[in-house]
Amino acid sequence: MSDPVVADTRRLNSKPQDLSDAYGPPSNFLEIDVYDPQIIGVGRGRYTTYEVRMRTNLPIFKLKDSCVRRRYSDFEWLKNELERDSKIVVPPLPGKALKRQLPFRGDEGLFEESFIEERRSGLEQFINRIAGHPLAQNERCLHMFLQEESIDRNYIPGKV
Amino acid sequence: MSFFGFGQSADIDIVLNDAETRKKAEHKSEDGRKDKYFLFYDGETVSGKVNVTLKYPGKRLEHNGIKIEFVGQIELYYDRGNHHEFVSLVKDLARPGELTQSQTFDFEFTHVEKPYESYTGQNVKLRYFLRATVSRRLNDISKELDIVVHTLSTYPELNSSIKMEVGIEDCLHIEFEYNKSKYHLKDVIVGKIYFLLVRIKIRHMEIDIIKRETTGTGPNVYHENDTIAKYEIMDGAPVRGESIPIRLFLAGYEMTPTMRDINKKFSVRYYLNLVLIDEEERRYFKQQEITLWRKGDIVRKSMSHQAAIASQRFEGSSHPEKRAHTSPLCSECMCRDSAKTSA
Repeated sequence: MSDPVVADTRRLNSKPQDLSDAYGPPSNFLEIDVYDPQIIGVGRGRYTTYEVRMRTNLPIFKLKDSCVRRRYSDFEWLKNELERDSKIVVPPLPGKALKRQLPFRGDEGLFEESFIEERRSGLEQFINRIAGHPLAQNERCLHMFLQEESIDRNYIPGKV
Repeated sequence: MSFFGFGQSADIDIVLNDAETRKKAEHKSEDGRKDKYFLFYDGETVSGKVNVTLKYPGKRLEHNGIKIEFVGQIELYYDRGNHHEFVSLVKDLARPGELTQSQTFDFEFTHVEKPYESYTGQNVKLRYFLRATVSRRLNDISKELDIVVHTLSTYPELNSSIKMEVGIEDCLHIEFEYNKSKYHLKDVIVGKIYFLLVRIKIRHMEIDIIKRETTGTGPNVYHENDTIAKYEIMDGAPVRGESIPIRLFLAGYEMTPTMRDINKKFSVRYYLNLVLIDEEERRYFKQQEITLWRKGDIVRKSMSHQAAIASQRFEGSSHPEKRAHTSPLCSECMCRDSAKTSA
């Protein structure tokens, strides 16, 4: 057998890319915005809700454009469901801020503007990371969180 | 042994007959240092001289025999006491008696079988060495000379490419291809990754070469993984229909040939790990074993022939004046050109 003088480093054959694939819209578009914090209720029972808007072209999501209102405890519910049912390592949520719920604070506590902004940003990061995970996209709880009007806590957990 | 410094002792020195001409190869020792040792191949004869030099000239050295051994052994680090010898040859150099002066003994181990390659790893060591021993009543004097053995192979008869389609349902489908399944240590891995479906946001893609050393048997099997190389082949987000080429030169990395179940004690295997990393640092990977083998060096005769072919490519037919030369190289050019004009 004769040794080649120069190693065979030719590229392998591959078919040229279709122009519509090359210049078409990417099929991995997924953007979730958490914005518009609103304080609901009066007195001590007040809480903040945020608008969660999702735009996507992934076929696994039934609605390509959805908009729902969620509060911090809804995010906590989602995190617990995913930790229990899926095998993924769920990213952390922004802090629970128990100290801010105590009375006799100098500032507005849970409704301090800077705190709400910090929390909003943390929740946005959390939901974007979780929704992009292929294993999380199989869970019914994620779809219910993002695309249904309200969360049914008595739902039957399962895969989509 | 010395009674209050009065006993006779000796220094032993082992010298190979072809020390001047024999090639040396670099080999990593257990503590990471790289040393050069004489290089031997399977079937080669190991011959030389053992010099026994008396420490105190004039005094006699009593001994129970002088011998030289050629040993090939496997040493498992977790079981240091037991050396598994797979080659053990002895030659007696002198019967029990006494040495009155420094002496040199010749030895020859003819056509010694060296079935495995020398290997120093994380948990196991395979080595070959010569050991000359002067036996004495209380303590022996001995000297060891380590050598390195390389096992050579030729181009394999069957060397099919590796081609596979893998992915995550509805998220990511790729088809990867590597041009061969068996590569020699100075080879090039040529391949491509073709994206059939991309629904995740990929940030970059790399190929890692992983070495896995396996020691022990049955329930006590232990794998030691070591990433030898990480080579980025793509930076950015691909879309459907894109093909990413792979060209990975193996000569730049320190690797050994694939060793399978050596003397039923250990294995050293190599894997290519294709890793895709998305925007959230999630890793998607596919591991594939490759076989590495050692190619013998090109013999000098064919080297000059290949140099001639290489220079012919540059000569070409663009300088007809040069044909006046009488060197065989130019006459070959002439033959080619005359063939062209006659066509």
